[in-house]
Parts: sequence; C-alpha cells; structure tokens
Amino acid sequence: MNKFWKSGDPFVWLTGVALMFSLLMIAGLLWLIMAKGLGFFWPTGVTEFELNNGTKVMGEITAHEQIKGISGKSDTEEAKYRTQLKIGNRDIYGLDFRWIDDDDIESDSMPKYAVVMERREWGNFYGFIKEITDNGVAVCQGNEECWPVLDENIPIYAGIAKEIRKIEKGDIGGINRQIENYRLKIRGVELEGGDQSKIKDYEEKISLEEAKYKEKEKELEVLYNEFNKEKIVMLSVDGREKEMALGNVVLAFRPNSMSWIQKAGLYFHRMWVFVSDDPREANTEGGVFPAIFGTIMMVLIMSIVVLPFGVLAALYLREYAKQGTMVRIVRICVNNLAGVPSIVFGVFAVGFFIYGIGASIDSFFFAESLPNPTFGTGGILWASLTLALLTVPVVIVATEEGLAAVSKEIRHGSLALGATKFETTWKIVIPSAMPAILTGLILAIARATGEVAPLMITGVVKLAPQLPVDGYFPYVHLERKFMHLGFHIYDVGFQSPNVEAAKPMVFTTALLLILIVIVLNLTAIIIRNRLKKKYTTSAV
Amino acid sequence: MEVGNKVGTQNVKQIREMEMEKKIESDITESIDNKKAPYAKFEVPDPVVEVNDLNLYYGSKQALKNIYMDIPKNKATAFIGPSGCGKSTLLRCFNRLNDLVDSCKVEGEILIDGEDIQDPAIDITELRKNVGMVFQKSNPFPKSIYENVAYGARIAGENKKSVLDGLVEKSLKGAALWDEVCDRLDESALGMSGGQMQRLCIARAIAVEPEVLLMDEPCSALDPIATGKIEDLITQLKETYTIVIVTHNMQQASRVSDYTAFMYLGELIEYDNTETIFLNPAKKQTEDYVSGKFG
Repeated sequence: MNKFWKSGDPFVWLTGVALMFSLLMIAGLLWLIMAKGLGFFWPTGVTEFELNNGTKVMGEITAHEQIKGISGKSDTEEAKYRTQLKIGNRDIYGLDFRWIDDDDIESDSMPKYAVVMERREWGNFYGFIKEITDNGVAVCQGNEECWPVLDENIPIYAGIAKEIRKIEKGDIGGINRQIENYRLKIRGVELEGGDQSKIKDYEEKISLEEAKYKEKEKELEVLYNEFNKEKIVMLSVDGREKEMALGNVVLAFRPNSMSWIQKAGLYFHRMWVFVSDDPREANTEGGVFPAIFGTIMMVLIMSIVVLPFGVLAALYLREYAKQGTMVRIVRICVNNLAGVPSIVFGVFAVGFFIYGIGASIDSFFFAESLPNPTFGTGGILWASLTLALLTVPVVIVATEEGLAAVSKEIRHGSLALGATKFETTWKIVIPSAMPAILTGLILAIARATGEVAPLMITGVVKLAPQLPVDGYFPYVHLERKFMHLGFHIYDVGFQSPNVEAAKPMVFTTALLLILIVIVLNLTAIIIRNRLKKKYTTSAV
Repeated sequence: MEVGNKVGTQNVKQIREMEMEKKIESDITESIDNKKAPYAKFEVPDPVVEVNDLNLYYGSKQALKNIYMDIPKNKATAFIGPSGCGKSTLLRCFNRLNDLVDSCKVEGEILIDGEDIQDPAIDITELRKNVGMVFQKSNPFPKSIYENVAYGARIAGENKKSVLDGLVEKSLKGAALWDEVCDRLDESALGMSGGQMQRLCIARAIAVEPEVLLMDEPCSALDPIATGKIEDLITQLKETYTIVIVTHNMQQASRVSDYTAFMYLGELIEYDNTETIFLNPAKKQTEDYVSGKFG
C-alpha cells in the first residue's frame, strides 16, 4: 500500500480528476448559456391548442414541466404536466405568457397560415391575417392573398421608419443641438456682463433654427401620414380583431410553412438584428448594439489609460527606486489594491472623479450649462477611469515580473556601449518585457469587461439616447452616459417589466459578452505570441 | 681551514652582493614612485591606461590591493589568475561598470589618455564609448543583426541609413562575421550559433570605434574551433585597438597576448612580457601557477 502512495500515481490521478472537474464546470456553464441563448433566434413552430372547455389558444411552446406538488410516486397520484405558451398579443390579452395544464388539452394542430409578427409596440402578435386596407379601402382579403402584400411592404415601411428616425435624430436633433448651443452662449454672455447686442444676435439665430424646425416638422407629418396609410387587420385565434398600421410590423413570418433553409436564413437574420439594432420595448426586444458599442469603447479607453500608468509605475518601482523597505511597502500596497471590492472603487470614483474633478471641470469650462452637470455626473470617461484604477495593480505586477526577467547581461551590454540608463530601458528592456506587459493587459481586460457594480454608479444607464461617438464635434463625447452588456444582463433579467419575455435575452446577452471577451483576449494573445517569437528565439 | 675561509669569503661576498642589489632596488623604487609603492611599476611602451594605487572595496571586503600598472597601446594584455583574484573586477574598473554595484568603492587613480576616469565630472557615456567591452556570455540584443551592430551608432545620434550601412559592414568585416551573415542582416540576432553571437558582440563593440577593447573571458563558453576564430580575430584587432583580455586559459594567454599580468587574491603579483611570464617568471608564485601546480 505504501508503495502505491510513494509511486506518485495517486497524485497524478488526483490532478487529472481536478482538471477534468474544472473543465466540466466551465463546459457545463458555456453549454447552458449556448443552448438557451442560441435557441432564442430559431423560429419555432406555432401550435394551436383546443382546450376541453372549447376555447382555443395559439402560440409558441416555451417550456414543459411537471407540476410541483403532485409527485406521481404513489398509485393514487399521477404526475401532472403543464405547458408554457408564449401567446403574445399583449394589447388584447394583457399578458404574454400562459400556462396550460396538459390535462386540459383536447387537441393540437400547427395551422399553416399562422403568422408570427414582431411589432414596434406591444410585442409579438400570433394570429391570422384578415385584411389589409389602404385609406379604409380593402386591398386584399384573407391569408393567402394578403401574405405577399405584407411581405412586399415590410421593407418599404422599414425604409420609411428609417427616414423618420433620420429626420428625428439627425436633422431635428441637429437643430435642437444648435438651439441649445445658442442658449448656452447667451448664458455665457449673461455671466460675463450682459452685452445686449450679442444676446439679440443669438436670439435671432434661435428663431432661424426654430423656423427650420417647423419645416422639418411638416416633413415628418407627411412621412407619418404615409406610415399610417395602410392598415392591417389581424385575427387572433379566438376570433378577436386587431387593427394596426402596416408600418408597425418589423418582421413577419409563418413558421409552420417555412422550409428548413428558410428557417435557417431567418435565424441568422435575427441574430444579425440582435447585434446591430437598437433596443425596443424597455430592452426586452430589439438589439443590443448600443451596449456592445459602449462596452468595447469603455474597454478601449480603459486600456489606453491603464497601460501607460501601470508600465511607468512598475518601471519606477523596479528600475529607478532604491530597493529598500519603502519600496517593499509600496509593492505590498499595490498587491492589496487588487483585492479591494469593486464597488468600493465605484464609490471612490463618484466622490473623487465625479463630485471632485468633474465639478471643477464643470465650473471652469461648462459654467453656462450649470446647474445641469456635464462632467459632474457619471459618464463613459469616469467609468473607464474607475475600471482603470481597478485593474492597474494587475498591470503593475505583470510588468514588474517582465522587467525582472530581462537579464542583467543585456542591460550591461547596452550600458557598455555608451547608452544611458533611460536609453537602455526604453530601447532594450521595455521591448523585451512586452510579452509580460501584454499579459498584464489581457488580465486587465478580462477583469474589467466583467465588472458591473462600479459602473452602475459611474455612468451606465438602462437606455442611452445617443452613442458616445457621433458625427458632431468633438466627435467623441466622453461625458455621455452609455450602455454596457454586463449591466444589460442585470437589467433585462431582473429589472424588466416583462420577465418571461426577457429571460431568453439574458442568456443571449451573456453569450455575447463571453464571445466579446474571448475575441479581445485572443487578439491580445496573438499579438503577445508574435512578440514572444520575435524576442526569445535562441538556437543556443 | 683554508676551505672554510674560502667558503667564508665567498659567503661574505655573496652577502655583500645581495645587499648591494637590494639597495639598488630600493633606490629605483623610491625614485620611480614617491607614493611608496610596494613594487616597481612595470614600464610599457606608449601606455593608454595608467593605474596608480588602485584599491577597491565591496562593502568592507577589499577586492583589489595597491594595483599599479600601465596598459600599452595597440597591444594585447592578458590578465590571468585563479578564480576570485580580481581580474574581472579590475577590468570592469576601466569602463566604470563597477558603478552599477551599490556597495563598490574605488580609491586611487585610473588615467585613460591622461584623464582621470574616476572624476565625477566626466561624461560616463563618452568613456564607455571609448572603452568597449565584450562579455563572457554573449549578450546580443533581441533585435536583428543589423540593429545590434548599429545600436551604438544610433545611441550616438547617427540615423542616416547610408552611414549606418557602411558602419555595419565595416564592423562585421572587422569581426570576421560579414561573409557569414551578409545575406541575413534583418534576421534575429538570437538565431545564430554561440561563436557567431560572440563575434557579433565584438562587431557591436568595435562599431562605436573605441580606443580600448576589454574582453572578459570571451571564449570560455565556446568550442575550440570558435575559440580559434576569435583568437585570430584578436591578433588582427590589436593592430587597431588596445586589447585587454581576461582569461582562465593560459595557453590562450600565451598565444594571443603581448603582455601578461598575474593576479592573486586582489594583488598584482607579476606583470611582464608574455614570454617572460611563461618561460622565465620572476616570482615563484607565478611559476607555480603557469606550470599548473595550483589554481
């Protein structure tokens, strides 16, 4: 028995089992997220159920489970099951989802003409087409006739909706911005002394802009009329009618009569819409593009800030500071900083960055818009700085390791050629330590992308009206609030008014976040490997 | 009685001769050095480096004791001695690389071209450009071959490609490496054999056109063929540069150098022409060492 333990075999098995266990946990988590997340986009068939009491319900089957409390273990009790249906039509029924006991089901079928409609308001609609009217006059009747008309018109109305959005956000947005600009200038003049002629000047300009606004309003009216011109009347499965503007339809399809290839096409289309579109319906529908943009932009700003600070700090600690008790204490403090809970960093950032520095910036540069804060409130800049503070210990430690690994001989070789210590550090030591520095950056990015708590109080919002980058000077607006994928998961999963509808979105967004982290890490790893090859090949 | 007398008179004569020699010696010593050197400094033609009363301490431990020596121009001088005798320490004094050791304290005078290099007012980077060094373990930078050789020139501010090209070619030819690498100058310097890397380090050192070239056991990590190549190189290089080489290999010292200094426990025991040291050393310690009886 002793021989068995001495040989080391049990420890080989132990380490193997531990590794297997860890891998299984990770794989299990990823599989769960993928299964629930990727399945979200697949167009499942619409089932129509006829119940024992004669009523009909129709919708997508979303869950099937055993009813708790009835165990089915004894002879007298049978296990009972129930089905969850997404019945949509919130404007008619009042709720999206409904549970039906399997016992109550008389029969079920998959009607060929059942239409699933994604709408701009009120969520999905499941039903049949009754008729399409143009200014009150019926253009077509019934499912077969109306389907091609519907299909044709959806892209046209999507175009009109885009036009409307462009005028609203772009032109009218620009006009509003100009008016706001002039108002701020007036306030600025007032603060300086009140030169009446200048104020009159600006007021004139404002009225010019308001005239432009009226014009655009007229244009919008025309577009809206066109948008509401054609109406579609839908029939729900129990015979109720619902009339809505044709432009209200974002996407419509008949899953029960689609081929496998068509379904796959729709699947990828919906996936694409998910990553490229703006959210709708309080984040329970639509896409998450602003959140993706906000997350990546924040990570980029954080990297730009953390890399120089971390590297320079590590450089001083390792190369220039006199090694003694003081340096050791500083190093211990830096290492401990990595263990501070992230919410503490958030609170510190609110006090120091937002109320301290932000308020000062406001009083110096943006006094005209006070009491509305510009930088004195959360924004993408402060959020990125908070995360940079959070991850700087990681970068410092990794860089120090890299610097220590550069051999003394190389440094002496450079000094012996007449280089100063600075030249040696800049031209030889830092390039050699680059792989380690990038490792630090990878770890920093991985940690920062997953943090949500400090962001919630330093600039992330549920719905941001604009992206931090747009076409107006200064193009990058660091004071704007932004959306973040991690926060989006929390918001969609736990703050949503319609939890059932939002549940699948949680998994999809989580999957997306994991994918983004993997992509960012892989990029950094590839860069690091290239550098490693360049700096450490040796034939000897 | 006659025999005893003859012996007696012979003894007395010998004793008198010895006494006279000693007096002459002490006269010479006193006249050469009024610093009361323990021995006479060996005269060399055209000295470039002059060391006067050098004492070096690592903390409280004295590593070099009362060193007096001159290094002759355009010749190869070898430092030999057992491990720990201070040869490398003395070598590193010449380009003040010992400054990097915090606990090191140097007392005494080292003159290079008449200037005291211990003077805190001198520009240390200029000194190191003038006194190049090749290390025991070859240390090419993790850059391309071209960039390695051009490094010194770039530090000095030269960035014109045409000038650097010429310099790189000249230095690589001077280090007998040009033919082997002329077609792969942009490849990493780390992908060469040991001997090639050491010759690259030599090329890199002579690219800054120093006056003195210090070599700290340059062949100890190399195979005999590569060693032979570098020894040939030293024989060529000493026509242009003053070479000081520290070596453990006495055959190498006898092959390559013109003057040899034997050191032991931080003291300069004997310093003379190489022939004299190896064939006819004055001190018994030297003789024991070069014939392999110790060390």
